[in-house]
Amino acid sequence: MTTALSPSAESASVSRLTIGVFLFRLRAFIALLILMGIFTLLTRAFFTTENLIILVGQTAINAIMAVGMTFVILTGGIDLSVGSTVGLAAMVSGLLIDRGLELPMFGIVVYFNVPAIIVLVLCLGILVGAFNGLLVTRFNVAPFIATLGTLYVARGLAQLSNGGATFPNLVGNPGLGNTGFPILGAGTILGIPIVIWIMILFTALGWFVAGKTPFGRQVYAVGGNERAAELSGIYVQRIKMVVYMICGMCAAMTGLVTASQLVAAHPATGESYELNAIAAVVLGGTSLAGGRGTIWGTLIGALVIGVLTNGLVLLGVQEFWKKVITGLVIILAVVLDQLQARLQQRLALKRG
Amino acid sequence: MSSPSPSTQPDILQNDVILAAESITKVFPGTTALDGVYFNVYRGKVNVLVGENGAGKSTLMKILAGVELPTSGRLLMDGHEVTFRNTREASKAGVGIIYQELNLFPNLNIAENIFAGREITRIDVVDHGAQEKLARKILDRLEQPLSPRMLVSDLRMGQQQIVEIAKALSQNVRVLIMDEPTSALTAAETEALFQIIADLKAHGVAIVYISHKLEELLRIGDHITVLRDGKFAAEAPAADVDITWIIEKMVGRTVRTPSRAHGAVKHSGKELLRVQDLTLPREGKGFTLRRVSFSLYEGEILAIYGLMGAGRTELFECLMGLHTEATGEITLAGKVLRHAPIFDRIASGITLVPEDRQRLGLVQQLSVAQNIALASLRHYLRSFWISDREEHDAVTRMIKELAIKVRSPQQPITSLSGGNQQKVVVAKSLLTRPKVLLLDEPTRGIDVGAKAEIFQIINRLANEGLGILFVSSELPEVLAIPDRILVLSRGRVTGAFGHSEATEELLVRASSAHRQTDLLGVEETGIRDHLTPEMHN
Repeated sequence: MTTALSPSAESASVSRLTIGVFLFRLRAFIALLILMGIFTLLTRAFFTTENLIILVGQTAINAIMAVGMTFVILTGGIDLSVGSTVGLAAMVSGLLIDRGLELPMFGIVVYFNVPAIIVLVLCLGILVGAFNGLLVTRFNVAPFIATLGTLYVARGLAQLSNGGATFPNLVGNPGLGNTGFPILGAGTILGIPIVIWIMILFTALGWFVAGKTPFGRQVYAVGGNERAAELSGIYVQRIKMVVYMICGMCAAMTGLVTASQLVAAHPATGESYELNAIAAVVLGGTSLAGGRGTIWGTLIGALVIGVLTNGLVLLGVQEFWKKVITGLVIILAVVLDQLQARLQQRLALKRG
Repeated sequence: MSSPSPSTQPDILQNDVILAAESITKVFPGTTALDGVYFNVYRGKVNVLVGENGAGKSTLMKILAGVELPTSGRLLMDGHEVTFRNTREASKAGVGIIYQELNLFPNLNIAENIFAGREITRIDVVDHGAQEKLARKILDRLEQPLSPRMLVSDLRMGQQQIVEIAKALSQNVRVLIMDEPTSALTAAETEALFQIIADLKAHGVAIVYISHKLEELLRIGDHITVLRDGKFAAEAPAADVDITWIIEKMVGRTVRTPSRAHGAVKHSGKELLRVQDLTLPREGKGFTLRRVSFSLYEGEILAIYGLMGAGRTELFECLMGLHTEATGEITLAGKVLRHAPIFDRIASGITLVPEDRQRLGLVQQLSVAQNIALASLRHYLRSFWISDREEHDAVTRMIKELAIKVRSPQQPITSLSGGNQQKVVVAKSLLTRPKVLLLDEPTRGIDVGAKAEIFQIINRLANEGLGILFVSSELPEVLAIPDRILVLSRGRVTGAFGHSEATEELLVRASSAHRQTDLLGVEETGIRDHLTPEMHN
């Protein structure tokens, strides 16, 4: 506003700012490329097909959860219960394979086949999400507190489901027709693990829903300005309810995949996963205040964490240092986010 | 109608004047808010500042309180020139201010609020005991049975105002500026406030009192200063003047907003909206809206005029279904809207352009295009996703129709000027294909050119058959644009005028009346008959 530059210098500074903003927007992607470059230089083991598939497979676990988390954070909420939901989903899938569903009033035990189990467990995740959504929309509980409560409840239920013990060896019983569960975690299609396909599917669906459907647009509107959204005829409470349900379903998917990979369900599965998911979302440039962010960003964010973890392991960096470095990267991401906002403001002012 | 002789240059009685503004000019980019204004604040008196919206009252008030520095001119305190660079300097000199929107921390108690930012400390720790004792003393002086430990959020509006007064008194205020102090108060709370003001006067405190309620001004004012269009218009002792004089001085203007060609409108007489006995209880007691009834016809522009707190915005909120506690019947195009949520109301053809664009109209994170399409997404569906092309077509059509100045529809909404942002909100509403458009202060905070454009748009929409209901507190707008004018005061309809019979004086009188009977001598039961529109010619 107060610049006294000549018109050409002015426009040059505007275009320099424009490029700056553009590069800033891509910062997570650039960071990903740089990290990959560094690890490729430092260790020969990094840039190999086998390692990359392992890396993306590890990332997938987090990315699937983070897609759901993105929707919640876009509305300005947060879901701390996803890690516990992962555990509960894993334990329930173990229970259904190992013990079946007991129906005491009929005196029978029902065993489901694997596709039915997957559907049931996803529904369970949606149910957990609906519980969160109900607390947030109906009872006006702050999302942080509501989902913190659910974090404990779901973890407790996971532990109760088998008295704190693991369901081992989830291969099913041919006699009961429920074999095949491990395929989810270990199988491949076209040489690529099914886990990665699931990640691709969830990310693509998430992108489509967020970017192309009225629901997605309304999610952004609710997170950006709840009251303006309401006056535009958006059912704000309904939108919030649905994002928690989506998030719960994504967490349940992660639980299924994890249990399948281990061919066992442990009640501590997914502990502190919620933090990884939130970190991926934030690294991907989604604002915790709501209204701004993308699913692609979240995928990149999850990949950054994945590459970092994988690369540091390959380099033999101590576990503790890994945590320090990951934490610093997350902090850096948020600091850069603030810088971008300031840069964009300056650009808007210059353009007048 | 007595006509006293107010001097154009007030005589300054040095010993009586505690604070004087001399030839104050304040220029903002694009406008001159104050132009050589004189204002005297007399010791131990209620000094009233009155004028229309935009007359410069609040700017002058901010200069006295140190919020703004004048571009030229000077302030004299006790005859000595002073400069207030910030509110701290002003309050040190004994000038305190109570804003219309109170500046309290609802989560803190009364004592903590009174001493916020100036805590009494002992070895760097807040001395709550001493603060509460002092707060107690001030509250006693105000004869308020409030405990200093009460949370401000637990207080009623009137009591919160008293906390603000106590805060000012704790700083040994000698000049206390009050901006529309009664706008949110009940009648009883207003009486209590007047008692306190009388008491402060007796202690030698000078009050600067700003209000739109003319009767109130005459009742408690000692000196009246009128501003008009940023200029000093008149000053006189309250005893020498009456409401007519004030109105004359306030509105004695020559500028007029271009009027609508009223003859051109063919008015089909089809009723679009009928509101019957709409009543909205106020929290605590009393009513925000009381038995409001009116009709709106196809192609008609109906203005709602009223002061702050008259219930205008709440009326619109009730029409949109934001107040479930409201009673009465709202009929839209023959369909009764009973407990319908906002979505259904928009779908059946009523839509609101809210007064506060930033808080209620726009989603700042979304682009211009996304904001425009936000309320009408269902119109662009291809199976279950948004068709980019249909959305883009609708958005570009609106941008062209309303002449919204954008480089690209994908531009962030925050980069537009106020007028263009307002057009975006209007565009969003129009894309919902409304039958009735509600506009709440559509010209607030936008420049003159944009105002004229907004009115052209309103006229065109009415000619296309929309029913338009607009709220404004700008008299020239209210007189120039609509076919009919409805005046609200304290939640009641206190006047209804056809375009040809309305005058500024009638409107101002009606807007400060308690009920219609005060004004027109009409029985309350007769209001509805009076409200059917006369056919315009």
